Amino acid sequence: MMRHLVSGLLLGAMLAFSGPAGAEEPGTIRLGAAVSLTGKYSSNGAFTRNGYDLAVKRINEEGGVTVAGKPYRLEIVYYDDESTPARGAQLVERLIRQDGVKYLLGPYSSGLTEAIAPVTEKYGVPMVEANGAAISLFRKGYRYLFAVLSTTDQYLRGAVELAAAVNEDPSKLRVAMAFENDPFSQDVREGVMEDAAKHGMNIVIDDKLPPELNDMSATLSKAKVLKPDLLLVSGHDKGAALAVRQVADQRLDLPMMALTHCDSAQIAEKFGAAAEYTLCAAQWASTLKYEDALFGSASDYAALYEETYNHTAPYQAAESSAAVQVFADAFERAGSLEPDAVRDALSETDIMTFYGPIKFDETGKNVSKPTVLFQVQDGKYVVVYPQEFAEAEFRWPTPSWSER
Amino acid sequence: MLDNLSLFVQYPPLAFDVVLNGLLIGAIFALAAYGMALVWGVLNIVNVVQGELVVLGGYVTFVAVQWGMPPLLGLPLSAAAMFCVGWLIYRAVIFRVVDRDIFISILATFGLSILIQQLANALFGSDVRTVDADLGSVHLFDGMVTLAGIKLLAFALALGAGGALWFFLRKARLGQAIRATAQDPRAARILGIDTDRVFAMTYALNAALCGAAGSLAVMAWTIHPYLGLPYTVRSFMVVVVAGVGNVAGVIAAGLGLGALENVAGFVFGVEFQIAFVFALMVIILVWRNAMATRKRSHLE
Repeated sequence: MMRHLVSGLLLGAMLAFSGPAGAEEPGTIRLGAAVSLTGKYSSNGAFTRNGYDLAVKRINEEGGVTVAGKPYRLEIVYYDDESTPARGAQLVERLIRQDGVKYLLGPYSSGLTEAIAPVTEKYGVPMVEANGAAISLFRKGYRYLFAVLSTTDQYLRGAVELAAAVNEDPSKLRVAMAFENDPFSQDVREGVMEDAAKHGMNIVIDDKLPPELNDMSATLSKAKVLKPDLLLVSGHDKGAALAVRQVADQRLDLPMMALTHCDSAQIAEKFGAAAEYTLCAAQWASTLKYEDALFGSASDYAALYEETYNHTAPYQAAESSAAVQVFADAFERAGSLEPDAVRDALSETDIMTFYGPIKFDETGKNVSKPTVLFQVQDGKYVVVYPQEFAEAEFRWPTPSWSER
Repeated sequence: MLDNLSLFVQYPPLAFDVVLNGLLIGAIFALAAYGMALVWGVLNIVNVVQGELVVLGGYVTFVAVQWGMPPLLGLPLSAAAMFCVGWLIYRAVIFRVVDRDIFISILATFGLSILIQQLANALFGSDVRTVDADLGSVHLFDGMVTLAGIKLLAFALALGAGGALWFFLRKARLGQAIRATAQDPRAARILGIDTDRVFAMTYALNAALCGAAGSLAVMAWTIHPYLGLPYTVRSFMVVVVAGVGNVAGVIAAGLGLGALENVAGFVFGVEFQIAFVFALMVIILVWRNAMATRKRSHLE
């Protein structure tokens, strides 16, 4: 114990002395982040971290950020929250109180963001998050929380709209829904219910999937006899994988199926022909026509990401990178490193990034970016909705299994 | 709930589909439960790490297929690889807790289960994995009843493995040694049986059975590192119902559990499927306890 204390003091002293070395040496702005590197969110947690790291790297390569005439480099202090909310909240407390971090980047998932937000709020530490989209986050009057992504209820609304557009009489449509019993998916459900009610559609199945989901056959058996025109599933990666897998296994004929998380579950890559025609809701696609000075276009970002990490850029990484860009922009506009000044600058953010336009409303959610729908066409993810970004015609209805 | 029940009445083949698929699923539970019954009976250990052994078996098949092996070959490979893993686990941990209080062995195997979960997560990631065995499916009643080929295979295999196990325990020299050790380890030692080796073989055999179950699970559904516990609980229930030395009972209980669970998932909704399994376990334990008390009071 004593030895640890002594070495800690020595290290502290060394750091203190190495600090002010030369006037043109850039300062360092430290951002803190607790992300899921182990546990059930570890793959999406890694995407989050990759996104943060890539943006920090690019910003530092371009000379860092300039605050009140002085150059600064960005640096991120990471902890692993083990995908558990309690641990996340504890680590954020530690980041703020022990590590002296004054700005936070969000964790992965709405659940963890919900656990952390009260802590950042308590200490008045601004947090820009990129992976917590639950609508409930923005109903609590948080002042220091900013989210670059579209809220969750938006995810599958597009699928309902699209179904209403292609079918002659939307009020005859039969909708089947299977949503995991967690904040994210239940929010998705809320949005869908609202839009389905608007068009007068019939909800014929409304199942809640358990978090330890391993088998959807009960839902799909019902779908066999109730013959819905549209099946909507949201249950993170495993929900997407299961839906594609079991619909094909059961040769269940569905004119239209839309999922969340199919790009991170890599359904087109893993399931091949079984994934064809599936619609996937996403926050971002590399084919969208957005651009910024740092990364270039969305496809430039995707290329850079793939070159750096050897896999296709998922939207989870893209939005994470955008969160860092938002911070960098706010530091420069605030002209100060005072957390409250940065917070005020954040609230006035109005920028265009490769990820899309970012502008926060008074609750801190990004209101200027739409969500998109991909369709798996010939093994590729192709944007089919909204109309202005569509790369190809929506293929509908899905042919029956006997004709495929 | 009632509208789900009425679907059964309107479409009788659907009820057939749900029950039949449940039975097929139950075969995989039975396979994992054989091993648990063995370990429980012979080593007197409640093997909490059972489900993790199943998941690991699934990963062996997954990795083998990634390397280009045909999926069905993954099945014997998983069993063989898990046999070795089981042997190692016995040599590293289990032999230290064999003669100890049952509480210690539960703690030790529980610790192992956490360790294996995290190792699997570190090695394979938290992604959901699945393997397509390309066996197709059988369709009956105008597509109303769908039986995946892999589940049919699992069913046949679980029955076959049960028969083989029964035969092995009755006829093979090692099987007889295992039974002798289960009856009375001390007497078995006096009669010249190397009980330590018997324990090791039993545990390894258990792991091999789990490996086969896991391999079937990854081909029939999906696996991820945290899926062990439901398999442990199901094996435990099957063994509690069937008793430790009863291969036929394990098959019957496994199939019954699978069918009940599937019907419950359909009628009450999938979100209550696992809850149903746990509730069923409580009921069974209370019932077993009541029966045991009654028996004791008779004896007194």
